[in-house]
Amino acid sequence: MSEFLQLSDVLLFGAILFVLSLAGIFLNRKNLIIILMSIELMLLAVNTNLVAFSSYQENMHGQVFVFFILTVAAAEAAIGLALLVLLFRNKHSINVDDLSEMKG
Amino acid sequence: MDMMLQILAPEIALLIASMALLIGDAFWAKRYPALTFQLTLATLVVVMVIIIATFSWESLQLFNGAFIRDGVADVLKVAMIAMTLLAFIFARDYLLKRDIERGEYYVMGMISLLGMMVLASAYDMISLFMGLEIMSLSLYAMIAMQKDSVFAIESAMKYFVLGAMATGLLLYGMSLVYGNVGSLQFATIYQTLSATGVSLVVGLGLVFILVGLAFKFGAAPFHNWVPDVYHGSPTGITLFLAAAPKIAAFALMFRLLIEGLEVAVMQWQSILIILAVLSLVVGNVVAIAQTNLKRMLAYSTIAHMGFILLGFMTGNIEGYAAAMFYVVTYALMSIGGFGVIVALSRRGFEADNIRDLSGLGRRNPLLALIMLVLLLSMAGIPPFVGFYAKLVVLTQVVEAGFTSLAVFAVLMSVIGAYYYLRVIKVMYFDEPLENMVDAHFATASLRVGLVFVGTLVLLLGIMPGDLLSLFSMVMTY
Repeated sequence: MSEFLQLSDVLLFGAILFVLSLAGIFLNRKNLIIILMSIELMLLAVNTNLVAFSSYQENMHGQVFVFFILTVAAAEAAIGLALLVLLFRNKHSINVDDLSEMKG
Repeated sequence: MDMMLQILAPEIALLIASMALLIGDAFWAKRYPALTFQLTLATLVVVMVIIIATFSWESLQLFNGAFIRDGVADVLKVAMIAMTLLAFIFARDYLLKRDIERGEYYVMGMISLLGMMVLASAYDMISLFMGLEIMSLSLYAMIAMQKDSVFAIESAMKYFVLGAMATGLLLYGMSLVYGNVGSLQFATIYQTLSATGVSLVVGLGLVFILVGLAFKFGAAPFHNWVPDVYHGSPTGITLFLAAAPKIAAFALMFRLLIEGLEVAVMQWQSILIILAVLSLVVGNVVAIAQTNLKRMLAYSTIAHMGFILLGFMTGNIEGYAAAMFYVVTYALMSIGGFGVIVALSRRGFEADNIRDLSGLGRRNPLLALIMLVLLLSMAGIPPFVGFYAKLVVLTQVVEAGFTSLAVFAVLMSVIGAYYYLRVIKVMYFDEPLENMVDAHFATASLRVGLVFVGTLVLLLGIMPGDLLSLFSMVMTY
């Protein structure tokens, strides 16, 4: 870590991103696309953490892990958007509140 | 090189076969509609034979300790493949009746199975994560295969969002553990933690990991997706979802908590107790209120997960072996239960309400008998295997000194017995509904498969010793 940027600063940044993404998933009642964006943000928060720790621990494991997470995040976004398209075709809405066919 | 082939042969064979079938299916799907299904079954049998033939007691590692082949992995893989085989045979009937039988179903099922196998062999956080995602991403797509069903798409979306969030929580926990220990490998994490003790940061990471695991397991209070997903998915996919992935969730928990973080047993034990108690309460009590059979079975899954967590919570090898016995036998029972629903359903009639079973004892005695065996086994009534599974877990819980917890679990099972017995009452003592057509018992393979599952549930209940001693042997190694 450089003298300008402490480990704790980066971790705090990661934690803020993580909390924002959780809030985006739970508080948002409108649009499913926002939920998909929040999921991406959550994985990016993890990546920030891993890169910071990798630099702090002075080994490459964390950075290698980041590449795997990025790849999987891309695949996950593809599937999420495909599901979104299917949902819109069936219900003509991507409103979170409309996802309530099942009760019990 | 030879060593590598020997260790990786099952995964390589499965991957190559699934890719080949994905391409091949595009060519022969029109002319030979059943070919992909037959080749899939053949592949699974071959992979199973390879695993048994190269079975190894001692642990062999590959890729700098990212991949491990040991007794636990091999036994879990064989169980997963067996469940997948049964699921494909049962599901084919369902998919054919609705004209949604496509080669992609089997290919995605195989890729999902590949992810589960990687998960069972993961000895490093990266391979664990990759296995988990390969499994989950295929499952999301499989649920959404019935493109015109609002229920299926909605449940796929819910599963996707909550599954992705669980993965995010799990990864955040992993990053904190990595930041403290400086390694992603379970062996190194274990050694470092035994030397330095569990710091606050690792404890915090552990909490995130446990929440992620509880989501994947479907343990209360993170269980909300389970009933919706089980209910909304086409039954042919629910039965796949309810069996092999549960064994994979066991593998995930075993690798992460036991192999990696066993030093922190004091920290995770208390959290697991809370999760187990809540799962037992929510699963058993809420199931009583259900009128939909698939939802009822989903809540019963939550209750059964509580028992598996109890086995884990003991923190000793015999307890883990008991949990493993429970998860494997539970997967067998649940695949049978959903298989019966598939056998009863027709196009346009899902047979997933409890009253759809009324009078089944007269309409179709064999099917009713199989359902009776499965329900009694899930309720934990001897001589069926579900009783024995509960017994071994509770024995370990008592031996670990948690007698009150064992008493609580038994009380909850008594409450649970009510809703299982209610279904049996509907099957044998209620009059059939008026517009009920005679339940035709579909394809021969489905019939044979269901009889096989029913017999196995009975036989394993009478002679559980061999399987259980195998499990504790692979655990001890």
